[in-house]
Amino acid sequence: MAEMSPQETATPSRARAWLLSSAPQSVMQARCQRLYLSARAFSHNPIAMAGLLIILTLLFVAALAPLITSGDGTSQVLRDRLLPPGAAHWFGTDQLGRDIFDRIIWGSRITLYIVTLVAVIVVPVGLLIGTVAGYLGGWVDAILMRITDIFLAFPRLILALAFVSALGPGLENAVLAIALTTWSPFARIARAETLTIRNAEHIFAARSQGASTARILLHHVTPLCLSSVIVRLTLDMAGIILTAAGLGFLGLGAQPPLPEWGAMISDGRQYLLDQWWVPTVPGVAILIVSMGFNLLGDGLRDVLDPRSGVG
Amino acid sequence: MADRQSEETGGAASRPFPPAIFTKIFRPVFTVVLTFRGLTAITFIIGRVMPADPVLAIVGDRASRDVYEATYIQLGLDKPLLEQYRIYLTNVLSGEFGKSIMTTRDVLDDLIRFFPATLELATVATLAGIFIGVPMGVLAAVNQGRWIDHLVRVIGLFGYSVPIFWLGMVTLLIFYGWLGWLPGPGRLDVFYDGIVEPDTGIILLDAAMQGEWEIFRNALHHLVMPASILATFALAYIARMTRSFMLDQLNQEYVLTARVKGLSPLAVIWRHAFRNVLVQLITIIGLTYASLLEGSVLTETIFAWPGIGQYITTSLFNADMNAVIGGTVVVGICFVGINLISDGLYRLADPRAR
Repeated sequence: MAEMSPQETATPSRARAWLLSSAPQSVMQARCQRLYLSARAFSHNPIAMAGLLIILTLLFVAALAPLITSGDGTSQVLRDRLLPPGAAHWFGTDQLGRDIFDRIIWGSRITLYIVTLVAVIVVPVGLLIGTVAGYLGGWVDAILMRITDIFLAFPRLILALAFVSALGPGLENAVLAIALTTWSPFARIARAETLTIRNAEHIFAARSQGASTARILLHHVTPLCLSSVIVRLTLDMAGIILTAAGLGFLGLGAQPPLPEWGAMISDGRQYLLDQWWVPTVPGVAILIVSMGFNLLGDGLRDVLDPRSGVG
Repeated sequence: MADRQSEETGGAASRPFPPAIFTKIFRPVFTVVLTFRGLTAITFIIGRVMPADPVLAIVGDRASRDVYEATYIQLGLDKPLLEQYRIYLTNVLSGEFGKSIMTTRDVLDDLIRFFPATLELATVATLAGIFIGVPMGVLAAVNQGRWIDHLVRVIGLFGYSVPIFWLGMVTLLIFYGWLGWLPGPGRLDVFYDGIVEPDTGIILLDAAMQGEWEIFRNALHHLVMPASILATFALAYIARMTRSFMLDQLNQEYVLTARVKGLSPLAVIWRHAFRNVLVQLITIIGLTYASLLEGSVLTETIFAWPGIGQYITTSLFNADMNAVIGGTVVVGICFVGINLISDGLYRLADPRAR
């Protein structure tokens, strides 16, 4: 067949046939096929692509911050304080003459730092508790899940507030407080997934080959929990960003002169009526980024979970 | 297999111990007691174990030696941790949260004074969320895939993504600063302050009962902005859930039957499909109400609304640990309580859940 068609079209069509074949010859081919199909469904979903674009822009901007900005966002030029948006300062300047555009760009690094740190704490903890509870069952399950329920039942922001008030304000403490109030849904999801796969044959096979519980959990159970955990994480990212910004706004998160977006809104609050750009511009940045994560999460769920149905 | 299936649904009833009939009756009570225990344990750790000097965190650094030592004894800090927790638990159960350094009153008295404002705000916001969100969700489901559906989705995403304190400031800027249509922060204009006797603490109710309609109108004007801001999240959540519940129902065969019988589309939607959605919505509304009681923290800060959220944050900055912990416990109890009530209502309304 391939000899009949011109060379240029033959290669992609053969690659496509390989990717779409109903009888994959190897594990690698099966994996590539699944990836290809998901990617295709994903790229046909405009909502998800919009989200992806926003997040990629955020990463890009954070990585290239030194090239995009004219300073580090903390240098004060008191002569230029509270200038309105214009050619020299795209988003104007704040009460200490700092360029708001520069601060927002540098602030993207802090936002990424917060969400990454929270994710790095929350996902392993949730996976560990959830898979152990689901796999072992019995009293271990009962105790771990009651603890999870208590954290789930507790109002999130209030708990984070109380934690920060005991630990003292600061970026790291805010991250810790957010992580403490965020891990519980991940444990629930991991447990639910584990329950559906713990009696699967490949688990029996691994066990009969003498694999330890730790090995089974790490190599055979956890990978299967990951996709739902990732979807949940993406959807939770917006909540994490909003809580971090809320803590920053209340003065409990990142401390000045760090250009954290929530703290910037709080700093500029008294200028709201006369120099509106000082407190309002950073809020737009928060809105766009958390919207990006929500769009991406929504799209990922549509792609990875066929039950939810495409909206 | 049957055992595995029941376990997959995540119900505690499938566990061999305690027996199923026992759990069915006592589970709600058991859950409440356990959650309350957990709540007090967490607040105990936050308030008494985590601070370097819990006494200092309670009395402040300007307290005299006598006050310091009295508090030290009262907290039982010379006793083992478990004993301290027992003392703390008894205190919480009898409503003894100690004194607030900031207001020098009992924390419980403070909480009773500040709570109605939060209740008023969260209730109005929830009602707004229901009356706008539910029809929006139904409209979106009925017009699935059309522009109105996409519009509802975008509004929903906005409600989920917007930082509430920022939205509050922007609306203040526009409707108070630029247009002057609505009054600024606070519950009442200054010259109306203190005229109405605080019988319930909910100004709208008090003013209406005492026939002070001018004050009622003023309070209502002050309520519009903070309540709308708080309602944004409620609206997004309720609309989204209503849409997905409605879609489930509209695909059922009884809806098709009703259509085939020749019922008008409106009757099919509202009298048949929506009636079944209503039951599921109870839980969602309960969740929303509980989260708004909590979510009011940031809104109250922006609008200088003298509620429990503002009380907690101001106490926090004055290092007033008793007040912070008291407020946290009370909000936590409300949160758990509302969820429990909505769960009970759900069981009452849906015969399958009984």
